[in-house]
Amino acid sequence: MLINSIRNLGSNGLSVIAGLGRAAFMLIGALRPSGRGFKFLPLLIKQLYVVGVQSLIIIVVSGLFIGMVLSLQGYTILVGYGAEQSLGQMVSLSLLRELGPVVSALLFAGRAGSALTAEIGLMKATEQLSSLEMMAIDPLHQIVAPRFWAGVISLPLLAAIFSAVGIIGGHLVGVAWLGVDSGAFWSIMQASVEWQEDIVNGGIKSIIFAIVVTWIALHKGYDAVPTSEGISKATTSTVVQSSLAILGLDFILTAVMFG
Amino acid sequence: MNFSREDRVIYNDINLTVPRGKVTAIMGPSGIGKTTLLRLIGGQIRPSSGSIKFNDQELVGINRKSLYKARRKMGMLFQSGAMFTELSVFENIAFPIREHTDLPETIIRKIVLMKLEAVGLRGAAQLFPSELSGGMARRAALARAIALDPDLIMYDEPFTGQDPISMGVIVRLIRELNDALGVTSIVVSHDVDEVLSIADYVYIVANKTVIASGTPQELRQETSPQIVQFMQGKPDGPVPFHFPSEDYKKELFNNVD
Repeated sequence: MLINSIRNLGSNGLSVIAGLGRAAFMLIGALRPSGRGFKFLPLLIKQLYVVGVQSLIIIVVSGLFIGMVLSLQGYTILVGYGAEQSLGQMVSLSLLRELGPVVSALLFAGRAGSALTAEIGLMKATEQLSSLEMMAIDPLHQIVAPRFWAGVISLPLLAAIFSAVGIIGGHLVGVAWLGVDSGAFWSIMQASVEWQEDIVNGGIKSIIFAIVVTWIALHKGYDAVPTSEGISKATTSTVVQSSLAILGLDFILTAVMFG
Repeated sequence: MNFSREDRVIYNDINLTVPRGKVTAIMGPSGIGKTTLLRLIGGQIRPSSGSIKFNDQELVGINRKSLYKARRKMGMLFQSGAMFTELSVFENIAFPIREHTDLPETIIRKIVLMKLEAVGLRGAAQLFPSELSGGMARRAALARAIALDPDLIMYDEPFTGQDPISMGVIVRLIRELNDALGVTSIVVSHDVDEVLSIADYVYIVANKTVIASGTPQELRQETSPQIVQFMQGKPDGPVPFHFPSEDYKKELFNNVD
């Protein structure tokens, strides 16, 4: 019984390490210079559209509602202390430091990450990746690299849009509905938001989340068992592992940046 | 050449020679690793030991650049066709040409139309793979496999899932393309009649190695029970119909109270 448990633990540990090794080799292979030059650019632009532009709607709508809820909740607390004029500061700092990078990364993992895994898994199951190899074209350069860079470029921009729309949502509820002074909303926000402390740190978080989520999504697809069940498991695994990675990393990054 | 997957031996000291300019068939029961053999020849997987040569060049252990250079002289028709679903038939066939040459678009267009004409699908150039029937998809994939005028074309189960008309068309195409383009063809299949009708030389693979080889006529005259069972499609013989199990009567009545 005990020996079996230890054996299973060791076997699972080895399998996790082997998976990490394969993921590292995949990323190194994809980022290796391909010498493809201008042939890479159209692939990247297409993926920026698929991964980034097609995620815009969910990011904008979510950002708007989260900003509105944040403003409503913040107002009910701040008004008790007569500090409702600081609503802009509260909404903007919450969005720029935490909710913008974290929620947009979670939404990105669900929307774009799962789609990347399913797409690459399906390409593997239908032998499209093998056919690329047999055409002497490296699938890591042709398929994985453009998607990776598209994810890394898109998510920080989506997070910035999320925060901006969230602030507009907060302004709509706080100023237009609850009657907070518009001048106070914007001026206190402007005075309290620091470039380095808030905006740059939030951007760094987004870039790190983008690398991790896109890497997980691509690896899960590339490493998927090439059957419908395998692709389904890989897609679920992408969302679960990305979400946990985002939340865990957010704590570590917050402790380093603001702790 | 030897090949094992984890602890399971797939090929044990297998030795094949594919004559240049001929259609060579590799046949054998399902699950013995015929597709794996093509992947070994294409350098997608490495053998555990031994040697694989293509155009007198050793493929085992060579670097990626040399391997990719060798693959430009190979074409492969995958079992599923493996067409790129987001590209039209025309773009699918133009894809390897665009990737490996700097030819102007007007020349690429002509080459693609010539390849499509060869497989009878010039009229379907603008269709997408999802709009093609199974047989048409296989032919379109064949046009892509010959896009770069390879020296070797490998066919992985080209007849699987085809209706009789499509099967007849593909059988004829394999033979005609081989003769017209002067290429070497390897056809992996277990469709005995179709393969024997076009092959110049046949290898039968089972038990991790080649169990018989020869021209179709020679193999038809084989008397070995294993070859006879495979060639005539008999359900029982050296390869048993029943999966190994305990005695039938014993299992039926032993546990009855």
